[in-house]
Amino acid sequence: MSTTENPVPKKDNVDIADVLDRQESTWLQQVLGSQAFLVFIALIVAGLLLTLATDSFGTSKNLFNITRNATFIAIIAIGMTFVIITGGIDLSVGSVMMLTMVCCARIMELGYSIEIGFLAAIAVALIIGFINGVLIAYLGYPPFVVTLAMMAIARSFGMVVSNNRTISKFGPDQDILLAIGRPLDLGFISVPIPVLITLIIALLAGFVLNMTAYGKYVMAVGGNEKAATATGVPVRQIKVSVYMVVALTAAICGIVRLSWGGAVSTNDGTALELQVIAATVIGGANLAGGAGTIFGALVGAGLLEMIRNSLPLLGIGTNWQGTFIGTIILFAITFERVKKMRARN
Amino acid sequence: MSVLELKDVSKHFGAIHAVNNVTFSLEPGEVVGLMGDNGAGKSTLAKLISGNFPPTHGQIYVDGESVHFHRPVDARRKGIEIVHQDLALCDNLTAAANVFLGREMKKWMGPLRVLDKGAMIKRSGELFQELKSETRPRDLIKQMSGGQRQAVAIARTMLSDAKVVLMDEPTAAISVRQVAEVLALIKRLRDKGITVVLITHRMPDLFAVADRVIVMRRGTKVADKKIGDSSPEEVTGLITGAIERAA
Repeated sequence: MSTTENPVPKKDNVDIADVLDRQESTWLQQVLGSQAFLVFIALIVAGLLLTLATDSFGTSKNLFNITRNATFIAIIAIGMTFVIITGGIDLSVGSVMMLTMVCCARIMELGYSIEIGFLAAIAVALIIGFINGVLIAYLGYPPFVVTLAMMAIARSFGMVVSNNRTISKFGPDQDILLAIGRPLDLGFISVPIPVLITLIIALLAGFVLNMTAYGKYVMAVGGNEKAATATGVPVRQIKVSVYMVVALTAAICGIVRLSWGGAVSTNDGTALELQVIAATVIGGANLAGGAGTIFGALVGAGLLEMIRNSLPLLGIGTNWQGTFIGTIILFAITFERVKKMRARN
Repeated sequence: MSVLELKDVSKHFGAIHAVNNVTFSLEPGEVVGLMGDNGAGKSTLAKLISGNFPPTHGQIYVDGESVHFHRPVDARRKGIEIVHQDLALCDNLTAAANVFLGREMKKWMGPLRVLDKGAMIKRSGELFQELKSETRPRDLIKQMSGGQRQAVAIARTMLSDAKVVLMDEPTAAISVRQVAEVLALIKRLRDKGITVVLITHRMPDLFAVADRVIVMRRGTKVADKKIGDSSPEEVTGLITGAIERAA
């Protein structure tokens, strides 16, 4: 076999500095080119336009409401990001949130302390997440079906526990509970406590996802499950854990919502799972697994809430809300596909 | 002393005798081609060596010490690494993250154990340099060529000072230009004193890098000879059965 000599003289050795310094895109470029960042820009631009176009959007009271309402989607969207990165899905979060609210409310109504109420809510959520996770990771059931079943079961449990009535009395610790939902006055600005809680959870989740081996494993399971298994990543334990994480965020969201609304009915959280999934997808998470960011989940939730909030202000009937949200989801998917096609060429 | 030795090793799956009384030994820094048609027993042999299951009969020795592998991690602990045909890489992670997947370097950040990304990027950069590959530690796998991906999979085996690296069809799915790159990687491993077992269908690759060839047919070893004493025609004959046994 005779081959012509390679015309480009190949260096026998490459310098380590060359290898380390040369990269196709810097960290900053990656952030700027990400879907989450584009949505964030869209969010800012839309916010500015709405402030100019309407009298009521830019008021501090309205902005306060938007950020607070967005947290009800955002907190669970943070947990859902973990699940979606592994290539899974959890449809039970709305029902689980309602069940944890009912458990917490009923326990406090019976005269127990707020700590016991919170612990019960979190314990119930973790148990449900664990059951979801074991069925999916160890028995190989499809996540969609398992969590669809759990969606029905959790809601029904909530109805049983509350006897299908609205609970709005929370015993001796009622005042402490309701205080959590109130704004925190910092003098120059008043911040809803739910927003602070969301930010803390987001920072924590971002840290875990980006800085720990656990976060890498979550990404690896979604990127190539076989490879993760072959390299010794505890794939099944990771899968169980992400369903527990999302259930935990559902419980935290439930507690926050209970303290804000001051009541729970068994209709609470209906169709919430769809909004949560929409938020993560709009923020750049890929339902096929392997991609998703906490920042994306936050801006996705922000965009959803902004649409919900601004349509009436613009004189567009709320009946159109679904059309707008659906269109944005389709845009998000299109963006993803265009990016993939470009990468291939 | 041989680094890996198989003595009368057999593997039966019920009535199917996938591998029958195979004996051979591998020396340090040797590249050995493992050839055979589909169903000849070479995958079963590879799985025995990499610890997917124990043999039905016979003994495996690593550095003269008798070993019993039940899981791949057992073999890995003894210094036997496998590079899978599909490479077992995560497309959505960087080269460095893939090299260290499952054995990440960590550091303390206050009371917390976090990933030491800087150290992992530096170490994988050094490994790529050792392999003379222009793979960049921070690049995502999905941006890489087939040859670069191979370098990542091979760098992973070098993390643990492997004695034996088993490569399953490393050149099956890549372009001609990248084949040369992969063959160069194999030579680098050999130069470091690592034994490479190369499972391949491609005769030119075998004769380009291997020192020795072992041919399997119907579960038995039909040839084990120096590559200089053989020829592509002979190996082909041995694989198909046109030649019953090597001279």
